[in-house]
Amino acid sequence: MTSPRTAVVVGGNRIPFARAGGAYAAASNHDLLTAAIDGLVARYGLAGQRVGEVAAGAVLKHTRDFNLTREAVLSSALSPTTPACDLQQACGTGLEAVIYIANKIALGQLDTGIAGGTDSASDAPIAVSDPLRRALLAANAAKTLPARLKALAAIRPGHLAPETPRVVEPRTGLSMGEHQALTTKKWGITRQAQDELAAASHHHLAQAWSNGFFDDLVTPYLGLTRDASLRPDTSVEKLAALRPVFGGPDGTMTAGNSTPLSDGAAVVLLADAGYAASHHLTALARIVDAEVAAVDHPAGDDLLLAPVAAVGRMLARQGLTLADFDLYEIHEAFAATVLAAQAAWRDDDYCRGVGLTGALGEIDPARLNVTGSSLAAGHPFAATGARIVATLAKLLAERGTGARGLVSICAAGGQGVVAILEAV
Amino acid sequence: MGVLEKVFYSRPGQAVATRAGLPEPPVLRRGTTWPQHQVVLAAHGGSRLAADTLALLGVATGEPVVDDAGGDHAPGYGGRIGALVVDATGIREIAELEWLRAVLRPAVRSLEPSGRVVLIARGPADVAGLEARAVAQALDGIDRTVGKELRKGATANLVQVGQDVTPAALASTLGFLLQGRSAFVDGQTWQVAAADAPATSEPPLAGRVVAVTGAARGIGAAIATVLGRDGATVVAVDVPAAGEGLTATANRVGGSALQLDITAPDAGERIAAHVASRYGGDARLYGIVHNAGITRDKLLANTDAGRWQAVLSVNLAAQLRINDVLLDPAVAGGLAEGGRIVGVSSTSGLAGNRGQTNYAASKAGVAGLVRALAPVVAGRGITVNAVAPGFIETDMTARIPFVQREVFRRTNSLGQGGQPIDVAEAIGYFLDPASAGVTGQVLRVCGQNLVGA
Repeated sequence: MTSPRTAVVVGGNRIPFARAGGAYAAASNHDLLTAAIDGLVARYGLAGQRVGEVAAGAVLKHTRDFNLTREAVLSSALSPTTPACDLQQACGTGLEAVIYIANKIALGQLDTGIAGGTDSASDAPIAVSDPLRRALLAANAAKTLPARLKALAAIRPGHLAPETPRVVEPRTGLSMGEHQALTTKKWGITRQAQDELAAASHHHLAQAWSNGFFDDLVTPYLGLTRDASLRPDTSVEKLAALRPVFGGPDGTMTAGNSTPLSDGAAVVLLADAGYAASHHLTALARIVDAEVAAVDHPAGDDLLLAPVAAVGRMLARQGLTLADFDLYEIHEAFAATVLAAQAAWRDDDYCRGVGLTGALGEIDPARLNVTGSSLAAGHPFAATGARIVATLAKLLAERGTGARGLVSICAAGGQGVVAILEAV
Repeated sequence: MGVLEKVFYSRPGQAVATRAGLPEPPVLRRGTTWPQHQVVLAAHGGSRLAADTLALLGVATGEPVVDDAGGDHAPGYGGRIGALVVDATGIREIAELEWLRAVLRPAVRSLEPSGRVVLIARGPADVAGLEARAVAQALDGIDRTVGKELRKGATANLVQVGQDVTPAALASTLGFLLQGRSAFVDGQTWQVAAADAPATSEPPLAGRVVAVTGAARGIGAAIATVLGRDGATVVAVDVPAAGEGLTATANRVGGSALQLDITAPDAGERIAAHVASRYGGDARLYGIVHNAGITRDKLLANTDAGRWQAVLSVNLAAQLRINDVLLDPAVAGGLAEGGRIVGVSSTSGLAGNRGQTNYAASKAGVAGLVRALAPVVAGRGITVNAVAPGFIETDMTARIPFVQREVFRRTNSLGQGGQPIDVAEAIGYFLDPASAGVTGQVLRVCGQNLVGA
């Protein structure tokens, strides 16, 4: 598939990811996204300039955030004439925003754009209970004082407890971890393999930080200068000591091999290749292709394995095989998710079952998440896509023209968003 | 703010302090402001240098009142004057110093708050004969003493001009001195040499890329602000951990941020690469301001190798390495011909300071580097200078205990600490393309601190 124009990644910026209730406990999604945009603006000298469009989103949103991205743009150093829109596709939000902007660039509708996402598990919207909401509405509508008092009298102490959001699938009532535990067991993913993947994520991320790899990818915020979840000195042995949190007493998924609840934001600067060349914006990698897929998890499909079909369909369209990549970035929702996806790609029956022509094969573990991923960095849901795209684009550019990378992100609702990047 | 400090700055506290001889210091005139009242020009022996320079600057001048009688009572101006510019380039004999006394005496009593005395003369190296050299040095003594006697924020400074200095080469210096930009420069002497200086322009740094290290906060952030005002495209550099402040600085001045540890072996290459990548393959850096610096204070008796190494590495070794790279004409994004290198020394380096052996070594080293490098790159039109700040009100000095801090900030001729912008303005003066004749200079921005030369 050829595009009339080429969308390239110029660079990215994120703030260090914090643990929920940590350094960003008092910051809102608006604050986090604004900080991420401002860091990008500073890195590329865009202060006061109009960017074609900014697309970003958040998974956990307050009603006041109905125009989150536009409001963040107005708070940022970008020109106030920069338009913006909100997107939301659960954990796929950040990558879907990249695809949205890249497509507009390829179609000639934009020369430049910023894509990304933000999430704050600390500032999650807390709602009042339904009975309390009904009573308050009735009291508000009442015309007389007795009628108003009567309406308020319907409130019981139990109604006053706030309803905090739970990350559960509406159609199954299961949390994401509970869903993954079913997949983990079904595919026989061992505790050892999960802990090894988690330890590698921490060690890779720690190495990248100490090498200065993130000097031009991350801007400190509110005193936090590194990802707060990172444990450079963790080990398979230490991780083995943790108790299972999903899958019952004999489960294999622990707090150590599952992503922590996180706060953070990330953005990517995209441009048309020609525009970038004439405006002193060094292109790192082009967006080659992207695909989304979904599974029927209410009917029993593995909730987080939609990327399997998405990758298969995208490779077929591009005439590529799973082995044709220099680097793989598979979002670590859980260590077991990454391992189950690889097992599924190897499984001929599974691949045929999701409409592919056969198994996709193996990926080289040495090319997987080479600077760590969500287990170590943390996973502010909507921010992860932009974190990965910026990181991968830089890694590919370091490897030289033509280096190719695969991004795979699973998302709530049984969805998967994937993309191919290639160094220019 | 401690309890003692709160009491001191309360209304009754200030009343007591004033009676105790610690009056509230004057508010200095700052920025690109000219003196409010007339600038008086006194030229000796028909020299036209100062007159022509002031004409270039568009400054109208008045005639001096001269104390011809030299008796008990000097004649006055009958009002305020904004500045006295003395063209003493023709003075060679001790007897001619009497003329200087006669023009200074009426003026010093009439200067407006934040007024200026500017002496322009030949330096000892530019005159022949024992008496002329002695006289040239005598002017330095007069300058320093007038600086100490002036009140209400007025300053005195001496500019030693080389033989063939043209009004164009002197204009940026005289403009800096008369304007509020030189607010905290007092009692200083420095040299301006002959150079093919372009006319002063506004804004002076338009279209020029200047890198500032340590730009996240304090003096570095003020430098970025001033350079932004002067039209420069600022590349704000600081360690990655300071990225939040760096972002704010870069976005405020419409520049770009480069998170970089200047002690990294490839720091120079990365600055150059940033310039070439952001501003075009043929873009070159016009100037670099080596402002980043750290302190690791301890008495020498307690100074370990780590504290020694860290300070010398950041404050001195890093800029040597970076200069080497940027001065290579083959490096894309390196320093342009006719470019500017500005270091930040310190009065602690020039005078020594208890508990700061490592810091003093590094800052005196900066002064040495400036003097050594300036002649080497002079042929390429590149100037190399340094500012040496005295007590400046920053986060760093705010951590000094209150009483000690109050002593530091008052022990100078202006009775107060300087502001970060005062250092920044002096750096902006060095960066001005019109300052082509100013090189190898270490300019103290210290309000004529009692400490040091």
